[in-house]
Amino acid sequence: MSILINQQTRVICQGFTGKQGTFHSEQAIAYGTNFVGGVTPGKGGQRHLDRPVFDTVHDAVRETAATASMIYVPAAFAADAILEAADAGIEVIACITEGIPVLDMLNVKAVLASDYPEVRLIGPNCPGLITPGECKIGIMPGAIHLPGKIGIVSRSGTLTYEAVAQTTAAGLGQSTCVGIGGDPIHGMDFIDCLSLFADDPHTEAVIMVGEIGGNAEEEAAHFIKEQFNKPVVAYIAGATAPTGKRMGHAGAVISGGRGSAEDKFRTLQAAGVHIVRDPTTMGRKMAELLGTIRA
Amino acid sequence: MNLHEYQAKALLAGFKVPVAAGLVINHPAQAADDQLPDSLDNHWVLKAQIHSGARGKAGGVLVADSPDDVRAKAAQLLGRTLVTVQTGPAGLPVHQILVEPASHIARELYLAMTIDRQAQRVVVIASQQGGMDIEQVSAEYPDAILRLYINPTVGLMGYQARRLGFALGLTDVALKQFPALLRGVYDAFIAHDMDLIEINPLAITNEGNLLAVDAKIAIDGNAAYRQKALFAARDVTQEDPTEVAAQASGLNYISLTGEIACMVNGAGLAMATMDLIQSAGGSPANFLDVGGGTSTEKVAAAFKLILANPRVTAILVNIFGGIVRCDLIANGIIAAAHEVGLTLPTVVRLEGTNAAEGRRLLAESGLNLIAENDLAAAAARVVALSNGVAA
Repeated sequence: MSILINQQTRVICQGFTGKQGTFHSEQAIAYGTNFVGGVTPGKGGQRHLDRPVFDTVHDAVRETAATASMIYVPAAFAADAILEAADAGIEVIACITEGIPVLDMLNVKAVLASDYPEVRLIGPNCPGLITPGECKIGIMPGAIHLPGKIGIVSRSGTLTYEAVAQTTAAGLGQSTCVGIGGDPIHGMDFIDCLSLFADDPHTEAVIMVGEIGGNAEEEAAHFIKEQFNKPVVAYIAGATAPTGKRMGHAGAVISGGRGSAEDKFRTLQAAGVHIVRDPTTMGRKMAELLGTIRA
Repeated sequence: MNLHEYQAKALLAGFKVPVAAGLVINHPAQAADDQLPDSLDNHWVLKAQIHSGARGKAGGVLVADSPDDVRAKAAQLLGRTLVTVQTGPAGLPVHQILVEPASHIARELYLAMTIDRQAQRVVVIASQQGGMDIEQVSAEYPDAILRLYINPTVGLMGYQARRLGFALGLTDVALKQFPALLRGVYDAFIAHDMDLIEINPLAITNEGNLLAVDAKIAIDGNAAYRQKALFAARDVTQEDPTEVAAQASGLNYISLTGEIACMVNGAGLAMATMDLIQSAGGSPANFLDVGGGTSTEKVAAAFKLILANPRVTAILVNIFGGIVRCDLIANGIIAAAHEVGLTLPTVVRLEGTNAAEGRRLLAESGLNLIAENDLAAAAARVVALSNGVAA
């Protein structure tokens, strides 16, 4: 079991024939993803990676019954690509593209909320999501994953890989890993993912990787305290980050004295979350909690 | 990207937001009598154009009582380096001054717009406590801060602007002027992809008119491709030179005050690496994200940035290889190390595909590259090396 995607998920790629789209589609196919085609306007009717190319997402959905899309189009066209996928009936949209203007995402979120409330958007500026052994949608290295019982949700790409590698090394494996992205306005947040993990019987516990900026971790802490009953291990990156500087991710900035790592650690701990201040110990902490190794 | 006050005001004037007539000079002689904006009482304000608030307290805002005095005070201010509470100890250079007629202010308000991440809306923030730092207002008078959220589908509505005008206690002419001013600010915000606009103070003059006395604008860096004119006018003298050079190489670099440099792929992992250096007893010299597709050119550019910092005593390279093979990354690091003549002790932690092969290449390179596969051990090692403990 898993959340959002599995063996049955029928995946397409928008920006399919571009360099990034081609590379990561190849990787997804090699991983065993049920990859049914792609979209590049003007190249409809061609074949690419032994899959059909369509002019529009609507065509792709009609011909392949696709249910999920991964987006690799340039930032200037990404808002358009997300809404095209939503309008065509795609259920899970992973937008990998980084550098999208925040006002574009503001408009996208408003349209999704009003017209396509059922759509699950992951990202932008994210590594995507993966259900190990079943379906890979994104830029994460498939080989480090292991089918298993830990749900992972993270604002950071490479830190997600750390959490994955550590839970693989501990023999726990992952149910589904979701990189929700580093932008200030993005799709699914921690709480959306935690809600799905709560209902997934194969997810026994969750690792949450946050970073400085905003208050998504604080909101997640409140949610966990009120209604999430599985163990959660959390790490927050950026304890040493200075105030007022954007640390790579557009959303990673401490502003007006709010959004610091210390605040987030404190709030999460008060909510019963098992915090780790050393990011190399996420997997070990989880193994201790689940009793697979002794503390 | 931050704009200067004079750039912000010129932009706002284009949206019919009232600002004083101003003259921008970079030499005292440019403040010739016939060039100075009209002043009813022969008083002018000289404002240093630096990317920082709190300029007044740092001596960056001066009042002159004659054209000769304007030129004398401009000579004092130009070329100075101003240290404010926001600039850090190095301060920022004053290359330009904005000269405006002194305004006669009856009341000061605060007005700002920014993106509220939680609400996912543009939020208008306003207060009757103008002229103060909004963080201070927030701490001292939390109930005095007014907020309104704008639905992007319809934009700013007239009723919202009217309500805010009444809530700010405006009367007469100012009350009538306020909706158009707020509309202008919102239109400017949207048209120019702003992250933040802060008008502090928004004044009511003795004559009863609204006037934007100061303006601070930050533009969304992701919108550079469609805000070309504003980005072409970017003043890099107000930014950290290393950070500017990093951007030109497609790297994300932020200067910090410690002595251990780090080079990492991924922003979150880069922050985590800084945190680990600190918890191992060291202090990070920088944040540096080389991004996902790590090429030899990028790694070489990253080493050059790191080595330009004289405080650096040791380097930690932390790459989670992911899809990019670690042996290729190792070769890139070795080539870059040769190219820049790297001699500082450098700990390299490689994880991911072909990591063992990558570590072997590093060990056999003949360079001062120390391979570690455990991240915590790598952090401890680099701190020890930085303290002069032999590898």
